[in-house]
Amino acid sequence: MKIRRLFVANRGEIAVRILRTAKRLGIETVLGASDIDLDSVPARLADRCVRLGPSAAAKSYLDVAAVVGAARSAGADALHPGYGFLSENPALPRACELAGITFVGPTAATLDAVGDKLAARRHAAGAGLPIVPGGEATSIDEAQAIARGTGWPILIKAVGGGGGRGLRRVDRAADLQSQLELAIAEANAAFADSRVYVERFVPQGRHVEVQILGDGQEVVHLGTRDCSVQRRYQKLIEEAPAPLLPNGMASRLMNDAVALGRQLQFKGAGTVEFLVDGARGEYYFLEVNARIQVEHPVTEMVTDVDLVAEQLAVAAGVRLRDAHAQFAIRGHAIECRINAEDVSREFRPSPGRIVRAVFPAGPGIRIDTHVQAGSVIPPFYDSLLAKIVVHAENRAAAVDRMSDALARCKIDGIAVNTALHSQIVSDPEFRRGGVDTGFLGRLALAVAG
Amino acid sequence: MLDHEDIERILTLLDATPLQEFELETDRFKITLRRTSAGQWTQQQDILRAGTAAAVTPGSDPSAAHAASDAGKEPVAAAGAGREIHAPLVGTFYRSPRPGAPPFVEMGSEVRPDTAVAIVETMKLMTSIYAGHAGRIGEILIEDGQFVEQDQVLMRVVADAQ
Repeated sequence: MKIRRLFVANRGEIAVRILRTAKRLGIETVLGASDIDLDSVPARLADRCVRLGPSAAAKSYLDVAAVVGAARSAGADALHPGYGFLSENPALPRACELAGITFVGPTAATLDAVGDKLAARRHAAGAGLPIVPGGEATSIDEAQAIARGTGWPILIKAVGGGGGRGLRRVDRAADLQSQLELAIAEANAAFADSRVYVERFVPQGRHVEVQILGDGQEVVHLGTRDCSVQRRYQKLIEEAPAPLLPNGMASRLMNDAVALGRQLQFKGAGTVEFLVDGARGEYYFLEVNARIQVEHPVTEMVTDVDLVAEQLAVAAGVRLRDAHAQFAIRGHAIECRINAEDVSREFRPSPGRIVRAVFPAGPGIRIDTHVQAGSVIPPFYDSLLAKIVVHAENRAAAVDRMSDALARCKIDGIAVNTALHSQIVSDPEFRRGGVDTGFLGRLALAVAG
Repeated sequence: MLDHEDIERILTLLDATPLQEFELETDRFKITLRRTSAGQWTQQQDILRAGTAAAVTPGSDPSAAHAASDAGKEPVAAAGAGREIHAPLVGTFYRSPRPGAPPFVEMGSEVRPDTAVAIVETMKLMTSIYAGHAGRIGEILIEDGQFVEQDQVLMRVVADAQ
């Protein structure tokens, strides 16, 4: 089939990103927008804009019936969910199928399999991937038995969680019972699934992931990304390829990601996340993200592949071209997430009206954004304003290019985190490369002190 | 709209000229490229509103949808008795720690300055609201799930009558 009219069921920079590729491919676009987004940049860019509902996400971007109803009324033949919101909710592809609309993403069965973190662990183990020692804990006795095997500290994780949500660290046996009870109650409230599992806590870990692309049968990878610069499990800076991995580890990660993708009969773009234990020289499977990632541009810059175009092609039934050919990785790319937050006030969110938005331009610089002078940043959604992406022949040159680019980024009217990014990219530990997920916390403490 | 490859091509041409600023405008967008004193470039893009207004799905009523958020913006009625608890920032006001859970406080609940009385969600971040005063909750002005402005009065605390 050929996609003629694409419904974009998202907002912000990823909506702009999807519209850009659709326009390039000559596909007509319809954007579903909440009330506050009806005059946003993506609403202005789309060929048509359809109201989804009130500004609160639960009544618009998270409402399956509203989204699919709007797509159907607009006569769309395909729907792109972006990331976040409903992108990994299996109810969306199921509703699309009933409405006769092609879902640009994995099958509902795949979303079921990777959304349940215990099922994902089983699939990963079945495909031969190393998983963090641990297992499901339905009782305090089970949890104690697992902890005896893994040693302390441990992490209690919600089966329905993911993306850094639903985690609880326990340092000693005396705290296990109370923490387990809290974790079960929280999991039930947050994810409507009270199941939890216990894993060994891996300190000093690096977050490394592999981009995969599948057509339901064949699966290929597009190299690694490092996303270790995080605050409270939220990524701030990403790069491709992951620097300074132990010898041979990158190719093992990529082969493992492809093996898991094949086991899942993965269709579309996805990411297999790993925790790299630098101290032990080991790595473990973390989770699968069955959607386009925020940080996909760094992979696009080093491979010259348009991942959204690949998603649309696979959804339209096109088989992966020459699946065994490896994508060449060229140079190094870094992405900084510019967020509406006040770093000096404990990262307090900073919604409001942007009065000026000046971004850097030049060779090897790409800006993915949905903001311009006059844009209103509503308090209802996430704080991502723009992604500054740079590409250069090697990592050192990319870090320098980012440092220069950040200095030319001026966003006025609300608080943004540009200065923090400048500080990170000039930090000697970051410049050496291969920082762990504790890096940003240590840096922030040093700045505060 | 121009993507980064279009802009790179334009900059390659501009670099061969002494131009410091370049502006391009169509009926859909406007872009300004400026050279800094160090010879590097900045960009400002402006996606213009299309001639055709946004299509709205039949049967929907945007004005009704706005009612909830507008209600929160109305000035608070004449100050009642008691000390006010304000919203520290804009966002959605919740009386319970999570959906289905009992509210932090009810009318008449005894509070101390450090008692959590509500949360305000802004950009997916939850900010706890504390009573700030000792006494009892004398008034709850905002309904659960409503949008609140920064500094809006959420509740009032009355001193214990002793």
